Amino acid sequence: MPNILLDFEKPLVELEAKIEELTSFSKEKGIDLSEEIKTLQNKSDSLKKQIYGHLSPWQRVTIARHPERPGTLDYIKYIFEDFVELHGDRSYGDDPAIIGGIARFKGQPVTVIGHVKGKDTKENIARNFGYAHPEGNRKAIRLMEQAEKFGRPIFTFIDTPGAYCGIGAEERGQAQAIAANLTRMMTINMPIIVTILGEGASGGALAIGVGDHVAMLENAVYSIITPEGYASILWKDSTRTQEAAAAMKMTAPDLEQLGVIDQIIPEPLGGAHKNPQEAAKLLCKSMQKTLAALQKIPLEKLLAKRHEKFRSIGQFVSG
Amino acid sequence: MLKDLFRKPKYVTVRADTVKKDIPEGLWQKCPVCSEILYSKELEKSLKTCSKCGYHFRMAARERIRITVDEGSFVELDTELVSINPLGDPDYPAKLAKTQEAAQLKEAVVTGEASIDGKPFIIGVLDANFFMGTMGSVVGEKVTRAIEKAIAKKVPLIMFCASGGARMQEGIISLMQMAKTCGALANLDEARLLYISVLTDPTTGGVSASFASMGDIILAEPGALIGFTGARVIEQTIKQKLPEGFQTAEFMLKHGFIDRVVHRTQMRNTLALLLDFHAAGGTENA
Repeated sequence: MPNILLDFEKPLVELEAKIEELTSFSKEKGIDLSEEIKTLQNKSDSLKKQIYGHLSPWQRVTIARHPERPGTLDYIKYIFEDFVELHGDRSYGDDPAIIGGIARFKGQPVTVIGHVKGKDTKENIARNFGYAHPEGNRKAIRLMEQAEKFGRPIFTFIDTPGAYCGIGAEERGQAQAIAANLTRMMTINMPIIVTILGEGASGGALAIGVGDHVAMLENAVYSIITPEGYASILWKDSTRTQEAAAAMKMTAPDLEQLGVIDQIIPEPLGGAHKNPQEAAKLLCKSMQKTLAALQKIPLEKLLAKRHEKFRSIGQFVSG
Repeated sequence: MLKDLFRKPKYVTVRADTVKKDIPEGLWQKCPVCSEILYSKELEKSLKTCSKCGYHFRMAARERIRITVDEGSFVELDTELVSINPLGDPDYPAKLAKTQEAAQLKEAVVTGEASIDGKPFIIGVLDANFFMGTMGSVVGEKVTRAIEKAIAKKVPLIMFCASGGARMQEGIISLMQMAKTCGALANLDEARLLYISVLTDPTTGGVSASFASMGDIILAEPGALIGFTGARVIEQTIKQKLPEGFQTAEFMLKHGFIDRVVHRTQMRNTLALLLDFHAAGGTENA
């Protein structure tokens, strides 16, 4: 059971505590309470379905940002073998907010790149809360070019509140780094499989988000900016996050409908953090299927399709 | 009568479309930087730059085209595209209509075929008067089509950028226009066609993080604000004041992200020269 609870889960947790209490009480005293326990268990099951089946966009944001939500490092551990991390952009430095390297996926060498957030304050500071600097984005493209050279398929994992904004990030060309990634990723001559694991916001997310297949975990979110940023820009009130989360259409079902993502990968009930291993199993299964399908397509055709996929996004009329 | 004192005076209303746009009203304008009084006629002659401190006033897209390309050479492309409302934002359509009326434009970018000294190219100009030049579906589509036109005609592309970034009202669809325009630029690159990007005030956010930063040659107007994140957001994030001159064209030059800062009165000549360098194609060794 995760240690950190989300507000909307509280009634459920209270109910589960009661069930546990009754169970131990009946054992201790030898009183048969099985009828009562069963009733409560049924109630808990239906409450679970009710809560997790009707998550509001903002509730999904809180799941996507849950400190215990598995991230790139967890999935690397569960899904890949022999991961060898490779560091640095060969120009300025190494960015701990984006990691990358070579690993085996079902026996096949692949390149893995992803944002890393921390699970506690200390880790978060070390990882800069998953906000990549330009050198992180440049490391990512360097590793993709390496993958292209040696014929390795590429998996990218998005989990970031955005590209870092600060003096150094501007001095080292955050905008140029993102633009260069978007352009280069269009022509990388290997399959690129993108998965949004948790939070995907702004150009920081997109900087490793161009690929042949873009999937999203069920409770991940993907947007132009965080709900806080959206509310602050459009309504001059950064506290209106619930409305913003709904207005932005940032959940996986919304984005599938908008044609921005290709697939929703299911998570264990209540979110990936309730059962990271199970979440990894579901993700792995989907990745395997996707990779097999993409590897059947000749590279030239794959690239043309990648282009067309992004070329076709846009809603306008001739009027 | 005392009552008359409280009566609202009646003003003459002037229809927006009868007011000529982009020409400063009145005979003079004050430079916002050095407070010099600039006479409108002189200001027109200096292409809306301050004769004393060199401040560059923002310029509307059509005016930019007029001062840049050969007279009569401009043929506009994709004039009819208009945004719809992909997120169902309740305020967006009205805001859009109001902006269209005020800026006398259908969208934030004007694209077309043009020439300088007879050398043909495709031009795209973003207009900060329209939703701060932000990129939604239409800007993304028109820029992409302009790039595709350059490829089809085998001519260079020149983009004048002026934008606050991706347009929030179209949400994730705006974000995706960054990938879309960069995808088209990858094709332009493959076709080995020249792309000159000219950064004007302001070039930030999703536009600076996509096609604006990908020019083979990147020029900028003096003093233009150029960067990824707005200064206010950075200050809030890092809780400190930003240094003087942060995120200006000169700052970007110093840090290696643009090729040249070019005064507006020299821009046409510079572009003409660069187009000429590339007109014959490269040479090949035997």
